[in-house]
Amino acid sequence: MHKIALGGNPNSGKTSVFNALTGSHQHVGNWPGVTVERKEGELRIGSEKFVLIDLPGTYSLSANSLDEKIARDFIIDKKPELTVIVIDQTNIERNLFLVLEIIEMGRPVLLVLNMDDEAKKIGVTVDSDGLAKFLNVGVCKTVANKRIGIDTLKEQILKASNRQDKPKVLKFSEKTEKMIQNIIPFFSNYGEELRRWFAIKALEKDEHIEELIGDNKFKQLTLKIEELEKSISSETDILLAEERYAIIHGIAKEFIKRVLTEEDRERLSTKIDDIITHRIWGIPIFVGIMWVMFQLAFFVGGYLVDVVDHWFSLFGNYLASVMGNSLFSAFITDAVIGGLGAFAVFLPQLFVLFLFISFLGDIGYMSRAAFVMDKFMHALGLHGKSFIPMILGFGCTVPGVMAARTLESKKDRVITILVTPLMSCGARLPVYALLGGIFFSPHEGTITFLLYMIGIIMAIMMARIFKSTFFKKEETLFIMELPPYRWPSARETFGQALRNSWLFLKKAGTIIFIAVIIIWLLSVFPAGIDAPPQDNYIGSIGRVLEPVFEPLGFQGWEAGVALTFGILAKEIVVGTFGTLFTGQEFGELVEYEQAGLKGNLIQGLKTVFPDGIAAFSFLLFVLIYTPCAAALATIKQEIGWKWMWFTAVYLFVLAYAVSFAFYKIAIFFN
Amino acid sequence: MGLHPKLMLSQLLKDGENIMLMNEMKVGASGIVKAIIASPMIKKRLLAMGLTPNTPFRIAKVAPLGDPIELSIRGYRLSIRKSEASCLEVELSEND
Repeated sequence: MHKIALGGNPNSGKTSVFNALTGSHQHVGNWPGVTVERKEGELRIGSEKFVLIDLPGTYSLSANSLDEKIARDFIIDKKPELTVIVIDQTNIERNLFLVLEIIEMGRPVLLVLNMDDEAKKIGVTVDSDGLAKFLNVGVCKTVANKRIGIDTLKEQILKASNRQDKPKVLKFSEKTEKMIQNIIPFFSNYGEELRRWFAIKALEKDEHIEELIGDNKFKQLTLKIEELEKSISSETDILLAEERYAIIHGIAKEFIKRVLTEEDRERLSTKIDDIITHRIWGIPIFVGIMWVMFQLAFFVGGYLVDVVDHWFSLFGNYLASVMGNSLFSAFITDAVIGGLGAFAVFLPQLFVLFLFISFLGDIGYMSRAAFVMDKFMHALGLHGKSFIPMILGFGCTVPGVMAARTLESKKDRVITILVTPLMSCGARLPVYALLGGIFFSPHEGTITFLLYMIGIIMAIMMARIFKSTFFKKEETLFIMELPPYRWPSARETFGQALRNSWLFLKKAGTIIFIAVIIIWLLSVFPAGIDAPPQDNYIGSIGRVLEPVFEPLGFQGWEAGVALTFGILAKEIVVGTFGTLFTGQEFGELVEYEQAGLKGNLIQGLKTVFPDGIAAFSFLLFVLIYTPCAAALATIKQEIGWKWMWFTAVYLFVLAYAVSFAFYKIAIFFN
Repeated sequence: MGLHPKLMLSQLLKDGENIMLMNEMKVGASGIVKAIIASPMIKKRLLAMGLTPNTPFRIAKVAPLGDPIELSIRGYRLSIRKSEASCLEVELSEND
């Protein structure tokens, strides 16, 4: 099997090329040791089989970021037969910067001049034959999102991987080449091409050179570079970038024809942008788009959730009637079907959210939203792009955490994910409604609003704390391309949303499923299914937790049980109280009223929470404590086990501290 | 020689006025990158994005809250924070 790599700038249409080449034969995993997504796909050209590895989208290979390091390590260590580089033809000069860096590695390269339709529209024509001859690489033109030019691309891949042509070495200026020759001896144990490549990287002051050649040699190298810099009275890294762009300029002059002037092109592309990032309208437009997204996800999606929920419970009931009343049938209907249902009900809503996110991303709005919101978010210790994940968190933590992928720096990404659970999600609302209705009527609205506000304030505080503790030294950047607005292809946008939903189902689903089964087992053993919960393990857990929660004002073991179940999904807290106090499980107070059980429920709750202070203390706890299994599973998938456990523990401790402080202070003043 | 001393002084002053940091520029103004004084990480990214010395650019826009700014450079749009723009010494172009 031939191994080929796929590289390119972000926004170059790399994903479309990947999808066009591999179709549904894709595997998604992580790069070894890190939680950066690694996509791999298979394709067959003629009788040959290829495996295509999608490198992270990067602007250069300076190993500045994790993405850049992954991309270049792959080419150096795994030596793919061919590196296919996708280029946005409408922005060819900046795209060529990465191309030159990869060409400098001396490995076979194939250039894909993508977005040929848009290039034509703005009057840009690239002489691909001329460019191919000049660089001694394959070049072909595509419109990948419309699947145009893909067959030619496949032919070219086959040809290039058979011929293994080395691209032409592009020389820098004479004085720079002399400097490179001066540095090459430091890398004498590498092959001819890599020697030169590392010498160039050393002159670019690459951070990873030190680990490559060791302390001693590195000190000599630094001295040598300082000496060279003195002789040219300039900085070598700036000089190399400058000369690379000069080479690009030469290539552009020779092989790129432009019909329209810069001004003409500007006029074409900036009309929409002037409105969308307008000084006055920019923020209202952003708020409007977020509002529409919410309406869609939580009303359309919410309706679908009810449908799925309905069918799952019908199916469960049917199975129960067929299988009779045994422990095994209870296991199947409650644990297995219930466990599947626990995450299947999320899916429609998630799908709508994912669809919206990929649409906004593809159309080019995401980077504008970050542009509009960055100052505000930066003041809070976050990044412009943190806004979308946090907003989504008000609906459901899961898509919020997944949307944090758009954040480039690990620091911003981790902090955003750590505080997103503090955005009060939709599942916590039934708990506020129940206790608010019983203890604070008619002010339950105010109480709910207050809880949302406390969540937001906590998120801001924690973001600031994390920023100044874990990530004190790390800088973050907002040097970000604002890509032209593009009408997305339905296939790409839809496919992206489907893939994200599938990923959630596969990765998070397993963990949620296991968690549901464990909790079910705890609740039926050892005394059996018909025994009251206090006789089973879950009751023991409740009793163990009783003294733990007593300082927060909760009386009795039921609170502990409800909170334990709440880790499955926050709204289960309501159902658990229902089961414990009335023997019936409903989601809302009205339903208990209709069943004539409202009195029992209120009585039960009033023994657990003797007064409004204890009830509010419980609500604070529910707002803040450990997120649900689905959210934790997603956090694990996105940033790893370590941060998942950290989130689970820090939120529990924070919830405890806040509830404790509130309870003690409120009691004192009362 | 040949120039009146006073004229030379004003010429010098004018040069001084034209050199500034990018974050001090007004929206719509054009300039040329002169120097980059930044931490390695910021410098590398600025260079890769095409902000190399002698590159012409234009300040296209400022975000609604006053930061970041949007540049038009090398035929595309780039957004950078003012703190990052302050790493770039620029020369204002005359004709604006």
